[in-house]
Amino acid sequence: MKMLLRRLGVYAFTAWVTITVNFILPRLMPGNPIQQLIGKLTGRVTPQMIAAIKAQFGAGLNQPMYLQYYHYLDQLIHGDLGMSITLSEPVSQALSSQIWWTVGLIGVAAVISFVVGTSLGVLFGWIRGSRVDAVIPVATFLQSLPYYFLGTILIMLFANRYHWFPLMDAYDPTINPGWSWAFIESVLRHGELPVLSIMLSSLAGWMLGMRNMMITTVGEDFVLMAVAKGLPRRRVIWHAARNAILPSIANFALAIGLLVSGSLLVEQIFNYPGVGNLLVNAVGNEDYPLLQGIFLLITFTVLGANFLADMLYYVLDPRTRTATVN
Amino acid sequence: MKSLQIPKSPKVLVGVFILLVFIVLTVIGPWIAPYSPNSNSFIPNLKPSWTHWLGTTTLGQDVWSQLLVGCRETMVVGFIAGFAATILSIVVGLSAGYIGGRTDDSLTLLSNVFLAIPGLPLLIVINSYLPSGEQANPLVIGFVIALTGWAWGARVLRAQTMSLRNRDFVEAARIIGESRRRIMFQEIGPNLLPILASSLLFTILYSVGIFTTLAFLGLTNVSVWNWGTMLYWAQSNNAALANEWWWLGPPGVAIALVGTSLALINFGIDEFINPRLRASGLSARGRRKAGVARRPRLGYTPVMRTPSPRPAAAVVAPAAEGIVQ
Repeated sequence: MKMLLRRLGVYAFTAWVTITVNFILPRLMPGNPIQQLIGKLTGRVTPQMIAAIKAQFGAGLNQPMYLQYYHYLDQLIHGDLGMSITLSEPVSQALSSQIWWTVGLIGVAAVISFVVGTSLGVLFGWIRGSRVDAVIPVATFLQSLPYYFLGTILIMLFANRYHWFPLMDAYDPTINPGWSWAFIESVLRHGELPVLSIMLSSLAGWMLGMRNMMITTVGEDFVLMAVAKGLPRRRVIWHAARNAILPSIANFALAIGLLVSGSLLVEQIFNYPGVGNLLVNAVGNEDYPLLQGIFLLITFTVLGANFLADMLYYVLDPRTRTATVN
Repeated sequence: MKSLQIPKSPKVLVGVFILLVFIVLTVIGPWIAPYSPNSNSFIPNLKPSWTHWLGTTTLGQDVWSQLLVGCRETMVVGFIAGFAATILSIVVGLSAGYIGGRTDDSLTLLSNVFLAIPGLPLLIVINSYLPSGEQANPLVIGFVIALTGWAWGARVLRAQTMSLRNRDFVEAARIIGESRRRIMFQEIGPNLLPILASSLLFTILYSVGIFTTLAFLGLTNVSVWNWGTMLYWAQSNNAALANEWWWLGPPGVAIALVGTSLALINFGIDEFINPRLRASGLSARGRRKAGVARRPRLGYTPVMRTPSPRPAAAVVAPAAEGIVQ
């Protein structure tokens, strides 16, 4: 339990660092980006909007830093992320309407590729040294293909040329969004290719990592013992795999961050709604409040997912539990 | 130094070869490009031919020239970021692992924070606040990428340093009265080299990937050619819908080849560190050549050894290593 609490402490600290970085960056960057933004916006948006931006970033108010920081934290605690400049609605509202697309797509893809990749890794680690080893260079190459490239090629081939999948968007724009069967079916259909593309690019990593761990584990005495006891092959593989999977789960935390980064691209390529699409538009429009809100949201989501992975590790590896006694 | 020889497996050789080709292109690419990458005076949408090896874009530009010119910035940013991040991770990882105590706690916390914050979003936020002149500066981008990419290496180095710290030879050096810095860099340092090399390759890989991603999203200066901006222009001109594979393909394959070469070299290092992986990557012929009689199976993980100066050991090897603890 102590270990979990300590991890929780680290994440709380990280969250605080993120919040503070968000506060400091626009204020300390060379070139005074906020002042420039206000200059550009003056006359184009309502005076209230300018006042809101000034209040949020403390520009031109001559407030001492610690007071600005206090106001900033106060706003955050009340869930106020400021007003988006381009969408002219509160950032929190814009985010809550978009996040489910991202969570759904990335979540499904992450789970499928972890399960499939790890299972393949177990299998290939078990039958190592056979002809199947030829997958390794292929998987390595797949892994080094930049995601956006893979995605574009998939669209070009399977959506544009062969029409196996819809080209883009998250659902057919002619269907009214709602809880109708037609809409759900359309969402599923449009999700297939994005999920497939994420799988293709992240599956190889899980597979290679698991295979290497499996090879190391199969050399351990307890595996030999399991065979000597006469356990069926399936049980032996299960024994070895359970022990080999721990580093993969520890890596899951790292992978979540990468996947979220990947989501920015998925949405860009497939014209899929979601947080990534918002983020890229926010950068293009210099919509700093929206940008900051998205950064906080993404970081907090990743931290939460990390903590879940830690809890899973805690449940799976009894050593983490006994270690806390010492 | 004999123990630091890189294994001459075909994987490593192929990896080194590909990487060398790209390093040469980084230097000479812009000089050997047949046309200016910006010149849009050619017939648009040409398929690859003798005059345009990789065809032309919708905008009437020569793809091969763009690829050659773009190689430089892509590689330079990748290497700057990779080296800067590795230096950071050496400083943090080595001191955390060796000094221990409160220094270790705070440095570990620092690297955990950087590991948990997702890199690309952080990078996008920092980048968007940069003055627009600096966004095109490879040095600035390289360092910003390094800032988001050092933590993993630091963690791995710390773990290895901690395990080395209590070995006898380090203890001996301490008893002799060697200085702390000397122990860190002369005694422990060389033993970290394989892990360091692997972490450097990994970071360069990460940096090239994340830099081209930024460029692809149009978040760097899109008028400067690199493989990411090439794909940015291809995407914004709907090259995929026009089936212009000769425009989309080359930059993506080039990035993938650089990545594969780094990964292949890394495989070699992995096999060097972990002897159990060494024989499993061999073909049947390679195994016979290496003196490993059987393919690996349960309870038998062949371990390859470099021929030892004592002839007796080589004869005993295959049988004695049948069961590895």
